[in-house]
Amino acid sequence: MADEPIQNDETEETAGAAPADETASDHTDTESVTVEPAASTAAPEVESVDEVTMVLWRGDASGGEFTDYVLPAVEGEVVLDVIHRVQATHAPDLACRWNCKAGKCGSCSAEINGKPALMCMTRMSELPPGEDVVVAPLKAFPIIRDLVTDVSYNYEVAKRIPPFNPRAKTPDEVEAGGYRMAQIDVERSQEFRKCIECYLCQDVCHVIRDHEENKTAFAGPRFFARSAELEMHPLDVTDRRAILQKEHGLGKCNITKCCTEVCPEHIKITDNAIIPLKERVVDGQYDPVAWLGRKLRGRKKGTVAEAASTSPATGPSAVQPAVPARGIPGPGAVQVAIRTSAPPAADTAVPDPVPPDASEPATE
Amino acid sequence: MPDYETHDFDVIVIGAGGAGLRAAIEARSRGLRTALICKSLLGKAHTVMAEGGAAAALGNVYPEDNWKVHFRDTMRGGKMLNNWRMAELHAQEAPDRIRELEEWGALFDRTKDGLIQQRDFGGHRFARLAHIGDRTGLELIRTLQQKAVADGIEVFMEVKVLRLLTDADGTVSGVVGYWRPSGEFVTFTAKAVVLATGSLGKSWTYTSNSWESTGDGVAMALWAGADVIDMECIQFHPTGMVWPLSVRGILVTEGVRGDGGVLRNSDGKRFMFDYIPPMFAAETAKTEEEGDRWYDDHSAGQRPPELLPRDEVARSINSEVKAGRGSPHGGVFLDIATRRSAEDIRRRLPSMYHQFKELAGVDITAEPMEVGPTCHYAMGGVRVEADSAATTVAGLFAAGEVAGGMHGANRLGGNSLSDLVVFGRRAGIGAVEFAEGRTGSVTIDPGQVEDAVAAALAPFQREEGENPYQLQADLQATMQSLVGIIRTGSELEEAFGKLEELEERATDVAISGGQAYNPGWNLATDLPSMLTVSRAVTQGAINRKESRGGHTRDDFPKPDAEMGTINFVQRIPAGTGGTAGAGGTPSITAITVNPEPIPPMPDELSALMELEEGH
Repeated sequence: MADEPIQNDETEETAGAAPADETASDHTDTESVTVEPAASTAAPEVESVDEVTMVLWRGDASGGEFTDYVLPAVEGEVVLDVIHRVQATHAPDLACRWNCKAGKCGSCSAEINGKPALMCMTRMSELPPGEDVVVAPLKAFPIIRDLVTDVSYNYEVAKRIPPFNPRAKTPDEVEAGGYRMAQIDVERSQEFRKCIECYLCQDVCHVIRDHEENKTAFAGPRFFARSAELEMHPLDVTDRRAILQKEHGLGKCNITKCCTEVCPEHIKITDNAIIPLKERVVDGQYDPVAWLGRKLRGRKKGTVAEAASTSPATGPSAVQPAVPARGIPGPGAVQVAIRTSAPPAADTAVPDPVPPDASEPATE
Repeated sequence: MPDYETHDFDVIVIGAGGAGLRAAIEARSRGLRTALICKSLLGKAHTVMAEGGAAAALGNVYPEDNWKVHFRDTMRGGKMLNNWRMAELHAQEAPDRIRELEEWGALFDRTKDGLIQQRDFGGHRFARLAHIGDRTGLELIRTLQQKAVADGIEVFMEVKVLRLLTDADGTVSGVVGYWRPSGEFVTFTAKAVVLATGSLGKSWTYTSNSWESTGDGVAMALWAGADVIDMECIQFHPTGMVWPLSVRGILVTEGVRGDGGVLRNSDGKRFMFDYIPPMFAAETAKTEEEGDRWYDDHSAGQRPPELLPRDEVARSINSEVKAGRGSPHGGVFLDIATRRSAEDIRRRLPSMYHQFKELAGVDITAEPMEVGPTCHYAMGGVRVEADSAATTVAGLFAAGEVAGGMHGANRLGGNSLSDLVVFGRRAGIGAVEFAEGRTGSVTIDPGQVEDAVAAALAPFQREEGENPYQLQADLQATMQSLVGIIRTGSELEEAFGKLEELEERATDVAISGGQAYNPGWNLATDLPSMLTVSRAVTQGAINRKESRGGHTRDDFPKPDAEMGTINFVQRIPAGTGGTAGAGGTPSITAITVNPEPIPPMPDELSALMELEEGH
């Protein structure tokens, strides 16, 4: 997104600060098309208590600007309701994606007052009263028009994930007519299957948000969760570890947990998907017997670092930038980041001899 | 004809919800060049909204369950208006289709023995719904979507299909539509086309349906000369959210009641005991104690009346509200907080917990929900041949909600998801067999394409005119107030008049802006479908002078034995100017309504209807 509409404040620490941030407090440089408050024609029974000013990004790939729309405030509305009223009364061609309007389809992702969120699940009453509401398109993806972005990158990544590959049924299962799995075993993958593919996690992930060039070699949090789901699926027999490391750029993630923070389904992407995957990859790559052999023979470090640097997944771009970038949350993140983004130090590279399952963080 | 982008396939599937995905997977698995076209992004179709589960007589929880009981429940729920052959196939094949989903990666909740868990739902005698918490539709669509991706099916996302294109002899030969992101037109030629376009509920103000559910499939089928049936049968789901206003209509899963939730009026009374119809009296609890025993052990009593079929519950809620015993915002109370532990509620109904917490500020583990009927599902739709899903137009197939017949006058909860996979697969096979048998080259008529394009672009030619959003709001208000859950002859006639005015106004819609991702224009191109299906629903409702399932007439409050033996079939007869080739917006004034007898049920199926009540 070279033609980003508004210059960003690089020191802004809000998770996923959007182009909208500055304009929230000061958008004098934007075209202000204040429209007379008009009673909604599309929504009946409107109770007008006050006014609300929506500051919406309008434009396409060639550029655009924020535009103000002033509407009567209506009790109980979510941001998407107000967008719909703008369409019905002021700007019929205002582009926005939506489907279910109940937080189940993940279509209406946007950056609301700088924070990536679903427009249908953001209640107007939870935003600062009396202040403008700034809505901008997702920053990590190319603009199509207004609030709609081209999310095809995600669909391309989805194609590159080795699909579900179940084991054969046992004779007992053939007789019972279906696989047998314990509830406790399916729950781990079920957590990831709650994903509504809103791509807010992809949007906020600084590996692609700030580095377009990483898209070719980085799957992103949504698809790490997908891989984790398959890896932890009680029936699946495919080993995706090498692909995760070499092609999906798992090592580029430095577990800043931005993805987890924005997930509307409250999936613990970092703790329950990415970190366990990293552990599995490490287990696979750094075989404990071989490691012990090296240790005993006095050959250490170099091999591990070498392995890490030859993998496309752990190139220089995986290293935490010195200057805090957008999308990095508060304290703590950097500390964690050092642990995995630098070539693994001996203590982190040492595999835990316990099977990976047992060492994973518990699901809440 | 200008040089539009064009594609050629053996089978085209329109719609990428459960039925469309399943049809495409089937066609692809049989080696045909298959494409999937959808109006939104892949994976966003309305199937994601299905909550409670997919009904299939797996017998994992109650071994005495089998397809015969499921068939009987479905027919009774549908008030015997169903296409019995569809109900039979559905009941027989649903278990295999559900197990197949598991083989493709779906992770259903488990029984203690590790098999697929099954939950109770209205109208099903046994706990029968395979589910994943209360997000079963998401699991189903994601499983099928991932399978389709793995199989390499080509998907055309965000393409609005405007018309079906037909040969000189009326056989479907392709479709014309436009890419929503660019606004550019695109044509497809195909040996066979499967309609899997879902619902038409967006014609009502309070609906659980998304913007997409504009009835495109039913409308396009009618325009192409196909028969549609039972259009008057619209299911109003008894429990939609009623407050805040902006979320009014959003669904509250029947699983809340299946898991113990009860309906109360403003006096705190469990009023459903006052509304048990004779047809279901023998298998419904007489007292609260009996009903409550049933949840743990179905042999310890009969089911509580909260789990009557949806039409019964919706009408009862309507009556309570009308009698002045409603909740503050015009619904009734759905209470699970006093019935189950907070932990149980959060575990079994996580989506509902979040939905109320985040949209209404209500904690359902501590407070009751306010709920009321919301437009939810169209039982009627394109008439199909049960085994092949073939419509009455050659080369055109239909599956899922767009097809009519399977659910009769009222659909049981949970029968929709299983319908999608059973008949999605069958439509895929039907389309493959037709495509393989089709000889000669498939060509599309440039005149039809030009007509559709011209009609779509017409709103841009007008400087001033009707606002499409206003027109849609007026249409919704008309259908909501005059063709809603309770209907009367005079209001239906009034609606018919208003629809004619709206159809007239629709010819004067004006659009500003360009073609690229312009929702105003997109809506303008959806309006012809919405008006067409609204007319068909109203016409059907005028003709069905009785109350049956999802069609309730105040002026004919009882079922009529004779009416119960006929389907109202609607079509635009050939040569009456309704087809896409006629130019402009298709003339829908030519839709005729014809009563046609339901074929008699074979003896072996009739015998199943006599299965003893209860256990």
